[in-house]
Amino acid sequence: MDAELKPALIEYCIALGDDSVILGHRLSEWCRNGPFLEEDLALTNVSLDFIGRARMLYSHAAELEGAGRSEDDIAYLRDCREYRNLLIHELPNGDFAFTMARQFMIDVYDMAFFTELMQSQEPTLAAIAAKAVKESRYHLRRSEDWIKRLGDGTEVSHERVQAAFNQLWGYVNEMFSVSEQEQLLIDAGVAVDRSALQQNWHTAVQAVMLEATLETPDEDWTISGGREGIHTEHLGYLLAEMQFLQRAYPGQKW
Amino acid sequence: MDSLQASFDEKIANEQRIEPKDWMPDAFRKTVLRQMSQHAHSEVIGMQPEGNWITRAPTLHRKVILLAKIQDEGGHGLYLYSAAETLGTSREEMVQALHDGKAKYASIFNYPALTWADIGMIGWLVDGAAIVNQVSLQRTSYGPYSRAMIRICKEESFHQRQGYEATMVLARGSAEQKAMAQDALDRWWWPALMMFGPHDTDSAHTGQSMKWKLKRESNDVLRQRFVDQTVPQAEFIGLKIPDPELRWNEDRGSYDFGPIDWDEFMRVIAGDGPCNRQRLAHHVRAQQDGQWVRDAMHAYETKRQAREVA
Amino acid sequence: MKQQSLPLFEIFIRSKRGLDHRHVGSLHAEDHEQALEYARDVYLRRSEGVSIWVVRSSDITASQESDVASFYDPMDDKPYRHATHYKLPKEVDNM
Repeated sequence: MDAELKPALIEYCIALGDDSVILGHRLSEWCRNGPFLEEDLALTNVSLDFIGRARMLYSHAAELEGAGRSEDDIAYLRDCREYRNLLIHELPNGDFAFTMARQFMIDVYDMAFFTELMQSQEPTLAAIAAKAVKESRYHLRRSEDWIKRLGDGTEVSHERVQAAFNQLWGYVNEMFSVSEQEQLLIDAGVAVDRSALQQNWHTAVQAVMLEATLETPDEDWTISGGREGIHTEHLGYLLAEMQFLQRAYPGQKW
Repeated sequence: MDSLQASFDEKIANEQRIEPKDWMPDAFRKTVLRQMSQHAHSEVIGMQPEGNWITRAPTLHRKVILLAKIQDEGGHGLYLYSAAETLGTSREEMVQALHDGKAKYASIFNYPALTWADIGMIGWLVDGAAIVNQVSLQRTSYGPYSRAMIRICKEESFHQRQGYEATMVLARGSAEQKAMAQDALDRWWWPALMMFGPHDTDSAHTGQSMKWKLKRESNDVLRQRFVDQTVPQAEFIGLKIPDPELRWNEDRGSYDFGPIDWDEFMRVIAGDGPCNRQRLAHHVRAQQDGQWVRDAMHAYETKRQAREVA
Repeated sequence: MKQQSLPLFEIFIRSKRGLDHRHVGSLHAEDHEQALEYARDVYLRRSEGVSIWVVRSSDITASQESDVASFYDPMDDKPYRHATHYKLPKEVDNM
């Protein structure tokens, strides 16, 4: 791979790490708040997978960078505008239906994305992707089941999960829009062309929604900006909480 | 009846476990159920004080450790509820008793986790005390309880170690961090000693439970063991146990320690500790918020079965 | 508030190839599929197994205390079924 692509690759790893750490953080908020004990444990496992994935991606970025930053420097010492996650990951959990609808949408996306990334010319990314696919396969099985249960469960659950999809739909386009920098990595066979995943994503998601007696949202509004550091207002609060100790007691070991 | 009692007594005398289908005296059944459900509730309520720091853990490594640990506690609650369910009481009934204030949980969890150092302290002291008790309970006479304890002890071995290690990092860190660790020790030490329950002379349940071998060692014996193992650990990292009367007793080969504030203990047990209301309200809220989810699962399964029949 | 109890499932884990499935505990789930998934989260957090069985607790028929005599006593008089019945010199005792 060209040395001049290295900064873009570092950015790419960090952006993917941001997706994972932010979603992992959101899911960790469910720990001790789940609808029943078994589900509490299961959600925490998913959270652990995402945080673990973020750590691998950050560590790899730090290693490529070779500037002495650690995974924690990357996670804890960047502000909102420097974070690069896709917006859907940072949205507050809402109710269980919202969390599961978001999870399902992300799991379908992650399965496709990381399956492609396994072909990356960058061996470490390909290896991380291989691990991610294994995890996401399990995540997707769970979230898909939940969409069916909630969609075709009671009237209340149906309404809640339908409302969740409606609210989330505006965040879908962003998942498939490619930046210029990313295009360079795609051309080099390192990154995944996300725009090519969109059609299959819609087919897969809508098939499950149909089975769950849910309707595809009729929503024209879309938003993007995460990869450029233009976030929702929610991210600032998440980071304020997550980074509190590192900010209040700078430079300490924990 | 007498022969059933005799057979039960014989099993206890011969260190055999009592299994769910065995005949057992009603009082025994009631006591086991009380103890196991209390233990299960403690694990689950115990997720809250530590849970208070999940989103603020200072590094990603600490964050996954903390999450995994709290998840274990949920799992241990689940093992214990399952073990208790062998006596014919459902988890829902046990949870209802908790919400109605009829069932208790360990009073230690009614103290607030105020700083990050509290997370280390909970692992080191609270899990440390719990392990002393649980190791002893691996030989408890009710089979499902004993098996749950063996499984739990195996999994919990990392809980205390991670807590001590996190505390050690603080104690060897900046002046602020060391002060944070000392402050946490000051606040958690006495409640940790109270975890073993009243003195043997004042313990309502100890006598009978020991006869039934449900409890294998007395509160005071276990508490002393905990003190003896913990004091050198504190010294090793330069933290001071907040007890002016603490000193090594050569004759006993144990540490003497000062009087425990049993008024405080009774107050917290009775529901008036700093966080009793908060902890219970949290548990009730999570349970209520999850009701529509559980209803949906049930409705879906009913529909699915109907489709299968059709 | 209606308390709908999820069915109880008994969980059996094969810890590694070549060993029996062993009962490890139980959990609540709506159906067998979900019970399998939760078994992974609840009982295999440390990769303790390679295979899981789930059985609805209500589908288990257990022997009763009163049956014990007829179930097991007839087996008690056949010590020759047990290896320890045969005393061997210590040179060959690890058989």
